[in-house]
Parts: sequence; structure tokens; C-alpha cells
Amino acid sequence: MRALSWAYLAVAYAFVFLPVVVLVAFSFQDGRLPVPPFQGFTLEWYGRVLGERDLMEALLNSALVAGISSLIALTLGFLAAHALARVRLPGSVLMRGVLIAPMTVNYLIIALGLLTVFNQAGVRLSLWTAGVGHVVINLPLCFAITYAAMGDHQRNAERAARDLGAPEWKVLALVSAPMLAAPLAAAFFLSVTFSWDEFIIAFLLTRFDVTLPVEIWSMLRSGISPATNAVGSLVFLVSVTLVVLLEVFVFRRTK
Amino acid sequence: MGWGLVAPALLWTAAFFVLPFAAMVALSFAHMEGREVVRGFDPGNYIRIFTDWTMLKALLNSLEITVVVTVVSVVLAWPLAAIIAFRVPARWQRLALLLAVLPFWTSYVVRSYAWLLVLGQNGVVNKALLSLGLIAEPLEIAATRVATVIGFVHFFVMLLTLTIYANLIQLSPNYARAAADLGAGRWQTFRHVILPLTLPGVVTGAFLTFVLCIGDYITPQILGGNAELTLPQLIMLQLGRSGNFPLASALSVVLMAVVTLAYFASSRWLRLDRV
Repeated sequence: MRALSWAYLAVAYAFVFLPVVVLVAFSFQDGRLPVPPFQGFTLEWYGRVLGERDLMEALLNSALVAGISSLIALTLGFLAAHALARVRLPGSVLMRGVLIAPMTVNYLIIALGLLTVFNQAGVRLSLWTAGVGHVVINLPLCFAITYAAMGDHQRNAERAARDLGAPEWKVLALVSAPMLAAPLAAAFFLSVTFSWDEFIIAFLLTRFDVTLPVEIWSMLRSGISPATNAVGSLVFLVSVTLVVLLEVFVFRRTK
Repeated sequence: MGWGLVAPALLWTAAFFVLPFAAMVALSFAHMEGREVVRGFDPGNYIRIFTDWTMLKALLNSLEITVVVTVVSVVLAWPLAAIIAFRVPARWQRLALLLAVLPFWTSYVVRSYAWLLVLGQNGVVNKALLSLGLIAEPLEIAATRVATVIGFVHFFVMLLTLTIYANLIQLSPNYARAAADLGAGRWQTFRHVILPLTLPGVVTGAFLTFVLCIGDYITPQILGGNAELTLPQLIMLQLGRSGNFPLASALSVVLMAVVTLAYFASSRWLRLDRV
């Protein structure tokens, strides 16, 4: 039974890692196709990819859209969570429901709805329209994470600050936000990784300037190539670095 | 003062989620005349979805693939989560879990592409099996439903391992001890005590799997090819080639309805389990 467990674990990890290993290994392929046999080691594809302007622009676009949309989602989510956790408002259960609702809807449907409205309103598609979509999907996440993190401890500190004469914006900026630094950072980084990797909304809501997943998608159209492997490996490296940073600096500290 | 702080988030959600959704539903009752959208209250799109075999087939394909993927993923993920929770020493569990979900962080588009390299005609699997002499001809896996299912299962095993693990480590060892004291064998303990207690984790993960799987366009598009279409592929086809927004909207409403049904089915199950 014990041996069987370890065998299962080994097979499961092999299955989970197989595509990643193949992806990374053949990004070093010294040949035109990223399939066996392995013809030798080269960094040529990385050089080529890093020198490609469209890709680097898409990378920058992705970083901008992810950063800005996550910041907006975090701000809106934090303010709403603060209000709904502190003040008794009529209909607060309904408001919570409305704010969480986008989480339960497929991205494709969110994108199609926005596309319909933007078309009717004559709004031209751009990185901004994709960013609007990304705020829609990340706002519920930021709201839920910060709402769950607010407790009595913060409430007392905020009350003390108010008693000492702090105006509401000072309470928010100097007391509430710093006390919630870890969940706020977690919400922000999660939003960034979701937005950074999101495809369907970015695909339907951008036109000329596109984000990285959309650019990778158009690379796929011309068939398989070690260049795509190199891009994929680089994206993987960036994401894993983010996750490790999050693990070390945010979750470690909250323990 | 409370209102002022909720208002921005509520307005954003209303303007960019509720309103677009309503506009999409309204558009699903319009129809096309040539390239023009004619508004009105015309259920024609819905009638077409349930009478036109191409449309119905896409819905059925999506449902079949999603159900298979959900079941297979649960069956594969449960033992993995249990082994990590009960066999791996406590101090290594977090690392084991992080490693088990590491490929989560490859780009979503690239993940399907990587499976294409693994499963393709000249891919790693075929080359390995050929050189071992296990097969004489390369297997046709890429551009079939099998490839789509493998790509999905890979992703959702990671997701389900997380939800089931989270459920398992909360279980007190006393349940298993009590069952043993009462004379239950290992299998009986598993079947009648541990398994039912993990149902919340299983159903939560299975529901997420169902929702994400049935709405996904990339995986079937890259791995499944165009031999058979899923619902999201059909929606994208309506948007792209024919520019038929009303039909695409109606298909999306059907997709939404299926997800809502799945939600009610699983929430009912959960409550029944707690009673």
C-alpha cells in the first residue's frame, strides 16, 4: 500500500510536469521543430524572441493592463469591502451579491456582453476596453479577499483613530490599509496573474495593440516552433517568480 | 459615508457587468437580415439552437467532454490529495502541493500548445512508444476529443487536488479512529467515513471544473481541432466568420443556463449531504 502510494505520486507528478518539461526542453532545440529528436542546445530562439518587437510590445501591454486594471480593481474592492464590513447599510446582502456575481459568469460571456455594449456605444476597442473587462473579473476577487480579512481588531484601531480626530480618508490610508497589507498584496498579485494570463476578454476586446496571450495565440497560427516554446518558458519563469515572491513575502509573513 | 465608498464598485459592476449582460440577453432575441441586426422579440435563435443539429451537437459535445473531464479529474485528484495529506510528512506537504500545481503558472494558451507537442503525430508520446516498439504507427491523438480531454484533465487535476486536500487536512483523525474502534476495516472506513466527509471539497472542485471547462475556448480549439465543435468554439465562430451577434448571444445565454443548472444541482447535493 505504501509503495503503491509513492508510485502513484510519482506518476501523478510525471503527468503534471510532462508538458512543462517538454515545453522548456525544446525551447533550446537547435532545429526548426520543437519535437524529438533533440538536435542540440541553443539559445538562438530566446535571442530571436527577445528581439521581436511585436512580442515585446505585447509583453509591455500585458504588464500595463495587468498593473493598472488590478490597481483599479483593488481600490474599488477595498473601499467597498471597508464600507460593507463597517457600516450597516440597507440592502448590504444584495450589494455583496451584486459585487461577487461576475465571479460566477464565464469570461466569454462577460467579454461578449462588453463587446455588445462597446459596439452599440461606438467605443473603439483598445487596451483600455480590455482593461475594463479585467477590472470586472478581478473586482469580485479583490472585494472578497479584503472583505474576508476585515475583523474586530481593525475596527477598534479605526475607531481609536477617529476618536483622535483623524478624517475618514486618513483612517483609510494610514490605519485600515496598512493593517490589511498582506491580504491587499495577495489580492493585487492574484489579480495581476489572472489579468496577465487572460485570453478571451483580451482577444475579443482589443484590436491593434494586443496583450501577450493574444500575441502568442497569433504565433500559434503559423504552426509549432521553438520560438513559441521560448516565449512560453519565459512567461512561466515570470509567473513562477511572482508566485515565489508572493509565497516568501506575503504568506510567510502572515503566519 | 458608507454609500460613497461602495458606490464606485457598484457603479462599475452595474455599468460593465449588469448592463452588458442585459444588453446581451436583449440582443439574443434579435435576428439578422443580411448583415443588419434587426431588434425585436424573436425567439428564433433559441428555436434554431435546439433544432439545428450542428448547434445541438456542439452543446452535447460540450456537455459530454465536461462530464468526462470532471469525473476523470475527481477520480485522479482524490488519491493524489490523500497521499499528500496522509503520506507525505507534514513539513513537506506545502512544497508537495506547490509542486503539484506549478504548471498552473505556465501561460494558459501555452499549456495547450505544450500538450500539442506532447501528443502530436511526431510528439514525445508517439516517438517514445514507437521506439519502445509498443506501436507500429503513430497514434492519432492530437486534433481529437481525447487530446482535449487530456489537456483539460491536466489542468483540473491540479485544481481539484487543492480543494480536496484543503478538505482532507481539516478532518480530525478521530473519525477514522472511531470507525476503527467500531470494527470498520480500512475499506469500510474509507467508503463510509472519509469519502463522504470530503464531499464538500469534491463538489466545490467539481463545480469549478464544470464551469471553467464548459466555457473554455482555447483548449478544444488548440487540442481538439475543428473536427467537432464545442459550444464556446461555436460562439466564437458566430462572432468571427458570420458576425452573427444575436445567435452568439443566444448561445451564450444557453451556456449560462447550463452553468446555472449545474450550480443548483451541486448546491442541492451539498445541503443534502449536510443534513
